[in-house]
Amino acid sequence: MLKEQCDITTQEFQLNMGPQHPSTHGVYRAILTLDGETVTNVENVMGYLHRGMEKIAENRNYTQFIPYTDRLDYIAPALNNWAYVGVVEKLMGLEVPERAEYMRVILGELQRIANHLVYVASFALDLNGFSAWMYMFRDREKILDLFEMVTGSRMTLNSMRIGGMPSEFPSEFIPALEKLLEELPGCFEEYDGIVTGNEIFHARTKNIGIMNAETIINYGIGGVNLRAAGLKYDLRKEMPYSVYDQFEFDIPIGEQGDCFDRYVVRMEEMRESIRIIKQAIAKMPDGPIMAKVPRIIKPSKGEAYFHIEGAKGWLGFYLVSDGSTNPYRLHIHAPSFVSLGAFPEMSRGTYIQDLVAILASIDIVLGEVDR
Amino acid sequence: MENIFINLATMIRDFLAGLGLSPTAVDIVMVSIQAISILVFLLLNVLFLVYLERKVSAYIQQRLGPNRVGPRGFFQTTLDVIKLLGKEDIVPDCADKWLFRLAPIAIFIPTMMVFAVVPFGENMIAVDLNIGIFYFVAIASTTVMAFIMAGWGSNNKYSLLGGMRTVAQMISYEIPLVFSLLGVVMITGSLKMSEIVAAQQNVWFIVSQPLAFIIFFIAATAELNRAPFDLPEGEQEIVAGPYTEYSGMRFALFFLAEYANMVAMSIIIVTVFLGGWHGPFLPSWLWVFIKMYLVITLFMWLRWTFPRIRVDHLMSLNWKVLLPLAIINIVITGVVIKVIQWF
Repeated sequence: MLKEQCDITTQEFQLNMGPQHPSTHGVYRAILTLDGETVTNVENVMGYLHRGMEKIAENRNYTQFIPYTDRLDYIAPALNNWAYVGVVEKLMGLEVPERAEYMRVILGELQRIANHLVYVASFALDLNGFSAWMYMFRDREKILDLFEMVTGSRMTLNSMRIGGMPSEFPSEFIPALEKLLEELPGCFEEYDGIVTGNEIFHARTKNIGIMNAETIINYGIGGVNLRAAGLKYDLRKEMPYSVYDQFEFDIPIGEQGDCFDRYVVRMEEMRESIRIIKQAIAKMPDGPIMAKVPRIIKPSKGEAYFHIEGAKGWLGFYLVSDGSTNPYRLHIHAPSFVSLGAFPEMSRGTYIQDLVAILASIDIVLGEVDR
Repeated sequence: MENIFINLATMIRDFLAGLGLSPTAVDIVMVSIQAISILVFLLLNVLFLVYLERKVSAYIQQRLGPNRVGPRGFFQTTLDVIKLLGKEDIVPDCADKWLFRLAPIAIFIPTMMVFAVVPFGENMIAVDLNIGIFYFVAIASTTVMAFIMAGWGSNNKYSLLGGMRTVAQMISYEIPLVFSLLGVVMITGSLKMSEIVAAQQNVWFIVSQPLAFIIFFIAATAELNRAPFDLPEGEQEIVAGPYTEYSGMRFALFFLAEYANMVAMSIIIVTVFLGGWHGPFLPSWLWVFIKMYLVITLFMWLRWTFPRIRVDHLMSLNWKVLLPLAIINIVITGVVIKVIQWF
């Protein structure tokens, strides 16, 4: 009789981690099924930031769409610009002058550092390390100042054109950039002190959200999330685009694909990006910055796909042209969208706090997820 | 300077006696004045502490903090409270009316009651109970109720999660808190606050009971719901925990209560481990004040440096690390006391 009286059943309940939430990295909604503090199921609900980018592309001409690509992944706009102008150039068979390619590499890698700074800052913030977040954003400000020098804008850069670059770097840009590159490694050491070496941080991120390489490949995720699982695969080395085959850099990989590995790989990637930028500044040739492009851009009929190693994964644009001034169909392969697909599997059986850590570690931005 | 408050109290007492009141009436009035002055002391400190926290956090994060309202932003808290007073008082439809409304008030009561046994200086305790430290422990454990009232009464899953976490955390961490005090009580031989302070005349208890101090400090951080143990109001996961549904002045009360609890806990740490009012040159009550603020700054420093600890790590830290260490501390203290007695 006593045993029956002791049979208290608990009930799972559904919690809406709604579009308004301090740590969902944007307007993302997750319907969690919780058993106490343990998450038993996660259902992704996306689309709160859907703006119809792909449809808009059909009503704009090719050059007009470049500012729209800034607003996809708004943390790393230069890389979005690059992927888009890359696909149009591929379809048109344009050859971009070498100097423009080097300029693109410099801006792209600088953008990668800025993106990873936001990543590590938000990661620390989601674990309540407020001060770490402030320090990283302080350093990101220095990078944004450089972008303002080049393009006039801090975030929505609109920095590349079909066939090259819109204008030369200002004369004070390269010296300022070199000065920043000297300062950054010192800043990274500061972050190592406050975040990477912290025992509480280790306890919160090690062995959390483990995804082995096979599962990640099955989901179609690329980029850092793949490298953190131990697979040495980087588009800049496997299928070198632009002038990446001219540079010498390493590919950092993780061990087991947990949150800590994803964090460490991105910290290392920032250091590698600094290497690449230094080499690019040294090797940049003189010359024109814009190819011979007709005034009105009308690619011939056909289709092309171009992808780059974006800051969050494989960022690809698929373009179908029917010979007119507007694209017939433009599809954006957004890495955050694919990564988010694996999120429910990663977070089953963990605590709510781990869920927040995992969501922060896969590096999503809702502009890209919802387009 | 030293006896300024005692002289003030004597003057008021003589004045009241001179008015022709009976001794009982004089006592009643004196006690009410003491209670009100403690309340005023507490509230003024809390107002200042909110400002201090914002400035300390700002300077740790390489920014300025409030610097517009008043000299160096000094009146920021006052104006924030005035602003919160003017906000709409939203009570959710399905919230439990009584629990929801009483929770912010209930959270202040234990805090104020603790101050009855705190020595603010030499001969400056409101009520020198001979179970002083025991009274403190007993009253401090009733703080949990306000959180459960807020968590349940809000009718919100986030609040409930936060409320449950608070209960688990606060009840669990009371045990090492109490056990670490036992070492101090064993050396003093009494539960009376004034005797605990008197026993520290030559050597503060932080020197003779360092392990107890560390355990007490960690447990106190958990009791106060301050980072890295601020799971109950874990902003990044459960929005604001038990406080999610509160707005306006009710929210302000919770906020102020956190700092009031911090003042209470700090002054207990000063009394029990840091020598109370002992100190050269300066008046005793000024020493208490200075030491209290040092402890508070230490709490703030910790908050803005560390990330948050996870729920199961919190529990395992308590039961597997702090409690065994506290018991070991008691054993060692007992052995050392006996050995010293033999010689």
